[in-house]
Amino acid sequence: MAKELKLMKGNEAIAQAMIASGCDGYFGYPITPQSEVMETLMAEKPWETTGMVVLQAESEVASINMVYGGAATGKKVATTSSSPGISLMQEGLTYLAGAEIPCLIINVMRGGPGLGTIQPSQSDYFQSTKGGGHGDYQLFTLAPASVQEMYDFVFEAWDIAYKYRNPVLILSDGAIGQCMEKLYTRDYVPRWTEEERRANAPWGTWGKPASRGHNIITSLELDSAKQEVFNHKLQAKYRVMEENECRYEEIMCDDAEYIFVAYGSSSRISMKAVQMAREKGIKAGLFRPITLYPFPKKALAERAKQVKGILTVEMSAGQMVEDVRLATECNVKVEHFGRFGGIIPTPTEVLEALENQIIKG
Amino acid sequence: MNTDIVKPENLVYSRTKVLTDATMHYCPGCGHGTTHRIVAEVIEELGIQDQTVGIAPVGCSVLAYNYFDVDFQEAAHGRAPALATAVKRLNPNLFVFTYQGDGDLAAIGTAETIHAANRGENITMVFVNNGIYGMTGGQMAPTTLVGMKSATTPYGRNVELNGYPLRLTEILATLPGTYFVTRQSVHTPAAVRKAKKAIKQAFENQKLKKGLSFVEIVSNCNSGWKMTPVQANKWMEENMFPNYPIGDIKVEGKLVEGIGLDRLVVSSPLTVK
Repeated sequence: MAKELKLMKGNEAIAQAMIASGCDGYFGYPITPQSEVMETLMAEKPWETTGMVVLQAESEVASINMVYGGAATGKKVATTSSSPGISLMQEGLTYLAGAEIPCLIINVMRGGPGLGTIQPSQSDYFQSTKGGGHGDYQLFTLAPASVQEMYDFVFEAWDIAYKYRNPVLILSDGAIGQCMEKLYTRDYVPRWTEEERRANAPWGTWGKPASRGHNIITSLELDSAKQEVFNHKLQAKYRVMEENECRYEEIMCDDAEYIFVAYGSSSRISMKAVQMAREKGIKAGLFRPITLYPFPKKALAERAKQVKGILTVEMSAGQMVEDVRLATECNVKVEHFGRFGGIIPTPTEVLEALENQIIKG
Repeated sequence: MNTDIVKPENLVYSRTKVLTDATMHYCPGCGHGTTHRIVAEVIEELGIQDQTVGIAPVGCSVLAYNYFDVDFQEAAHGRAPALATAVKRLNPNLFVFTYQGDGDLAAIGTAETIHAANRGENITMVFVNNGIYGMTGGQMAPTTLVGMKSATTPYGRNVELNGYPLRLTEILATLPGTYFVTRQSVHTPAAVRKAKKAIKQAFENQKLKKGLSFVEIVSNCNSGWKMTPVQANKWMEENMFPNYPIGDIKVEGKLVEGIGLDRLVVSSPLTVK
């Protein structure tokens, strides 16, 4: 697929981006609202074209561990799921982070807790950015707000994952996964050759030649002193990500007196609320974090200096709002507005919340 | 040391180079050390050290990756067959094996084991069954016999309280995805030779792409069983072997003659003598 304009579902875009970005393998398990990812892959049969392997696993527990096994050989491997399935994967995610295995995980969020609902939600922010599994670790977390970004972020995820030897999570939701939008496809990136795999993953378990010692992929270190040193190394890596990789978008923020902070679907709704506010003479803007981890703290703190109040808009009971308050160090009023359990807020509601909770409040 | 006697023409046996120089942590008398050695010897004899990837479990053999001089991955508890599935599918030219104990393979990893076998993954699985959780201090395993004492069955395994022992190897033999299923032991020189032959077959089978090869090694756990190594081997012969019979169960995709329903369907609980 060369560069073309297409109309596509977010979930289909993920599948097409995997094939086009040189992904070596996908392992998944069906769950609403992201089942189209594997359905698209199985219909496309990339094993006949690019050589990409696709396998339906017996559970999300198995699929994340297949990601571990495959990615530990230095191949580009991905899985996708939705909230309850991502919960099942938490064990695998902490092992992946602990063994420093680059890979891609995509969560097309639905409402919780428990089996919850199959409708869109954003209530997995804590799980994604604060470590849903055990131990001190971070997933590099990207939040797409359009079908185009669903597609593009898959391409970008591989570079980040390999740059830092870290799992990358794309945190999307059922609205972006299910909606159809136009998107520009990219030129095919071929899958790595054997030589490229070995060069890009010298640590990989791809068969020990006589020229090197055996490569071991593990997250186990029984010597606590060594494990502490390793933890320091991980933390140092996370600090470098925080310094260099924060991504965000600011819309109509230059003269803004009030800003919304929102990511993913909520940022799309907030964008409309910004337009409606401006029509009423309210100088509103939108700050959209694109990386949720690392969270763009410095940029937000800088923008917060000029504004009278901030409203975070999330399809949750209030999760990212904690990071917004930490970033702004309570120097400005920060309130949360959320609909959840599968309900998507309207722009009108969001604007009313700004007026009631921030401007009048 | 007099090196005259180790002239190449005099050498009849040496330690395999596929094992590293790391000192093994296994208890004296345990079958893991021997099982490691014969797996390593097979890798050396087949000349596949540079094409082999092993998957270590959680349990006594969690550190297996330190002992084999081949590329190795350490899995989460029970997930080794899932890792091996992906390693093999993404790297069909590699020889891939898992090395797991009874708790890892037959309790927490039951789903991964059965589904990898049923998909017919072209991998080798080595399953060391000593009827107990050795690493965590001798608790009941899925393979603990009825009446057998463990840290969590201090009065002996009781069916009403603990359910029945699981003979997963026989279950796997009934699946179309398994090509070779055998049960061996490593407690005598003759048994070691047979077990090694089985493991070699299980590795060679990967070239055929006809399904999964599964080698159970019934072993002792003298520490967990609270016996001397000699006592443990005797107890194993008297109690484990009648319930976990040694020998091939499925060869070249077909049940071995004489393996019938009475073997595949457990009609009376597996019990200590």
